[in-house]
Amino acid sequence: MPAKLILRDQEYEVREGMTIRHAIQKCGINLQSVLATRDGELVSEEEFLKEGDVIKLVAVISGG
Amino acid sequence: MRCRKCDHKAVINMRQHKLALCKEHFPQWVMEQTERFIRKYRMFERHERLLVAVSGGKDSLSLWDILWRLGYQADGVYIGLGIDGGISYSDTSQRLTEQFAAQRGLQLHVVDIQEEYGSTIPQIANLTYRGQGKPCSVCGLTKRHVMNRVAHQGAYDVLVTGHNLDDEAAMLLGNTLTWNAGYLLRQAPVLPALQGMARKAKPLCRFYEREMAAYALVSGIEYIYDECPHAAGTKSIYYKGLLNQLEEERPGAKLSFYLSFLQAKENGLFNEVFSTGGEADDLTGAGGVAMHPCPTCGQPTTTPAECAFCRMMAKVTR
Ligand code: SF4
Ligand SMILES: [Zn+2]
Ligand SMILES: [Zn+2]
Repeated sequence: MPAKLILRDQEYEVREGMTIRHAIQKCGINLQSVLATRDGELVSEEEFLKEGDVIKLVAVISGG
Repeated sequence: MRCRKCDHKAVINMRQHKLALCKEHFPQWVMEQTERFIRKYRMFERHERLLVAVSGGKDSLSLWDILWRLGYQADGVYIGLGIDGGISYSDTSQRLTEQFAAQRGLQLHVVDIQEEYGSTIPQIANLTYRGQGKPCSVCGLTKRHVMNRVAHQGAYDVLVTGHNLDDEAAMLLGNTLTWNAGYLLRQAPVLPALQGMARKAKPLCRFYEREMAAYALVSGIEYIYDECPHAAGTKSIYYKGLLNQLEEERPGAKLSFYLSFLQAKENGLFNEVFSTGGEADDLTGAGGVAMHPCPTCGQPTTTPAECAFCRMMAKVTR
């Protein structure tokens, strides 16, 4: 089972073994605009993805 | 990746500072840095009374939390805009703000725009020329006016807002693209008080938006995650996106854009410029702009008669 990134209602399947940073970039998301969380806890984007990991991305940019 | 301070697992890596920290040391670092910026820019002292403008979002609630933990006397003001957008935006943000204040025993002033002026922000926008489909201009003008009023009436020394570095850098980019000298002159971490208007300070102006969201997450602060339904497509979001593209390629680019601006200003770059017009309501009187009190509300303005807020409200039939 590969790993998964979730941003709002979008899901991205990514390969385990790469860093969260790399996976975020591969999905075309700007790392500056999100934070990675696993089970509700903040995780550094330098961590490597494990098999079956579900990483929820929290959007951080607000406007207006 | 390990925490620089204790060797536990890092939860955030800030490439612009070459600094990775764990979930204990990161919030501690944010508090220390905030204290450092408050002193560096001489924003306020512990004996002064602060009014924090809170929206229920991550920045303003985190700011209030930090100031409270640092031992500052900080009350809050929440402005009910009456924005629903199918997600009960205003109701939810008010509930979260009230919950935050109650949990910490903090004093919160709530001003409901509809109760006070007879119409919600979207309604005022529809009733005035400022509307043009988007309520942001009406909203900004109203928020500034009400915050200044509450700060003045409550005799607060300082009005404190949660603007982060991304907000400031986006504003700076916008003002630079048009070389709006008046706005550039007034963009600063702290603005002195004027007759009828409290001092203004932005203690988070050097933190990335990402860092503030991380602070809220790590500290367990419940904030409104949904955006205001009118935020999509605003210029500030667009500029933030551009700056973040730059930041990805060159870590620290956003911060250096802002800090070198502050440095240039300190070196006198904008000393001789005068306001170039535009919205004249948030002026500090710097740069030789003549200010006088609005005959209706008493807040300082550069326009010869009533201020922009009072002129707008005169158009809104109750
Ligand atoms: S996005 Fe516009 S309408 Fe919504 S809170 Fe911000 S300024 Fe007001
Ligand atoms: Zn640590
Ligand atoms: Zn007025």
